[in-house]
Amino acid sequence: MEIKYQKSKGLTDKPLSYCPGCTHGIIHKLVAESLEELGVLDHTVGVASVGCSVFSYEFFNCDMIQCPHGRAAAVATGIKRTHPEDIVFTYQGDGDLASIGIAETIHAANRGENITIIFVNNAVYGMTGGQMAPTSLIGQKTTTSPMGRDAHMHGNPIHISEMFSQIEGVSYLERCSVHNPRQVRNAKNAIKKAFSYQKEGRGFTMIEILSTCPVNWGKTPQDALKWVEDEMTKVFPLKVFKDAGVESHE
Amino acid sequence: MANKVLMKGNEAIALAAVKGGVEAYFGYPITPQNEVSEYLSKYMFEQGRVFLQAESEVAAINMVYGAAASGKRVMTSSSSPGIALKQEGISYLAGSELPAVIVSVMRGGPGLGGIQPSQADYYQATRGGGNGDYHTIVFAPESIQETVDVMKESFDIADYYRNPVMILVDGLIGQMMEAVDFNKPTTKRFLPPKDWAAGGMNTHNGRNTVCSLYLDPYELERHNLKLQKKYQAAIQNETRFELVNMDDPDYVIVAYGTMARVVRSAIEILAKKKLNVGMIRPISVWPFPKAPFKNISRNCKGILVCEMSLGQMVDDVRIVNNGALPVSFFGRAGGIVPEPEEVVEAIMHFESRRVD
Repeated sequence: MEIKYQKSKGLTDKPLSYCPGCTHGIIHKLVAESLEELGVLDHTVGVASVGCSVFSYEFFNCDMIQCPHGRAAAVATGIKRTHPEDIVFTYQGDGDLASIGIAETIHAANRGENITIIFVNNAVYGMTGGQMAPTSLIGQKTTTSPMGRDAHMHGNPIHISEMFSQIEGVSYLERCSVHNPRQVRNAKNAIKKAFSYQKEGRGFTMIEILSTCPVNWGKTPQDALKWVEDEMTKVFPLKVFKDAGVESHE
Repeated sequence: MANKVLMKGNEAIALAAVKGGVEAYFGYPITPQNEVSEYLSKYMFEQGRVFLQAESEVAAINMVYGAAASGKRVMTSSSSPGIALKQEGISYLAGSELPAVIVSVMRGGPGLGGIQPSQADYYQATRGGGNGDYHTIVFAPESIQETVDVMKESFDIADYYRNPVMILVDGLIGQMMEAVDFNKPTTKRFLPPKDWAAGGMNTHNGRNTVCSLYLDPYELERHNLKLQKKYQAAIQNETRFELVNMDDPDYVIVAYGTMARVVRSAIEILAKKKLNVGMIRPISVWPFPKAPFKNISRNCKGILVCEMSLGQMVDDVRIVNNGALPVSFFGRAGGIVPEPEEVVEAIMHFESRRVD
């Protein structure tokens, strides 16, 4: 008998705390597999942010530090500057990164901090019960935008990857999704590439991943995946925004 | 012969931190403490240690959090409005039981306030603006020598208790120059290895996590009780004070930091007026020294609390005094350093200044 598939050594045995149909679990798996395949788990430090993924410090099988809301990039900077040999990553949602933590994230990118940010964008504040996020789509109904997000009242959804593509310190930046198997495979490649770049000391890497929140979106898991494909990818197109590896070959 | 050098307070703080073994510094510019970062930006680089100017005080304290959580000796420095911004991070350091040193060079407030020396952040330092039942161990030295001595030791104290330690000085101590000896021996403590630190699994056995989250209320209460036990140990072991002329004083003055130096001169003037005045000078302001108040002579007519604020430490004195002696208060605000004669006046008009 040959084992064809098993849980990544990058994950602990702790059952995930995520809701049914939420794609955080898939993204966790991709991050864990990438770290395992690169053989870096024993010298990786992960930073858990505030939001649904706060408990990620219990799920990733490496040293983990839980930090204040929005401050993950600063905490990661403190770790990486004092432990340059370690692989350092943050795992953050869109409320944490794109709202309260945008300053820390921009400056870490601008300094070219040699860290990897896994930015999970589900267009809503999940943990607190479905409030409007900076990434919520126009017309999207949330508990704090019951009539739907309105550009005049709330501003437009913030395009983090497009903004960060302008920052010189960024070495790899891609927006992915996990709404079908092809996209999952692509997201895995992107995550692994980001960590490889960090290993090579190329500087700041970030992978934005469109993710579902069936409970707060009021959709079935299938409809949630379809909403990512039909609506979210229109506003947040999937693409490689920056690849220092390719640029250096041009 | 002592090897003394003439040095500005803020630069002496920086050099003392290096002598204390600081491995990383994260800070953000704010007057009147900029010389700490300026000095370290060169010195840390030369020593192969980490210096980084952060994008904000909030980012700086969180960089401190990351470095501390992964096992390094780390510090930041700031001044009043900047320390206000660091309070969230200080609460997280305390909650996650992380050692770090925070230097607070006080200026006048509230709000943007001013940039002259003040003691208006006693509450901020000893009560803290962060959330939860936590304490920061706070030392408030009165001279550059004392600042250097406690600064060197503070990293050991932080490591020993796995708790943030604050050095609380005012802008005068930061900006003035004094002769200082950097080689005075410090007390050596037994420090256990940082086997709890999350710096990569190849540095320890098993998997380490650092966090301050406990969703189970019983577990969180147990965590809080554990912290309280640590604070009790700090109260037992880290309370520091100096007694000046406390044999049989007519009055006792309580003052710390720069204010205590002004009081020393006032005591000399009062002695010439045949008034015997003593001083209790807290060096640790958390834990606040209680013992010396129990030993005040029965002939003492009252306690005058002097601060460069409009009355903050006076609360701690009232708590410890517990109605035993009359308490009066004298203070100046906004960045004014009082003249000794003003303290003399305050003793002369003790009754009219009663606050007990």
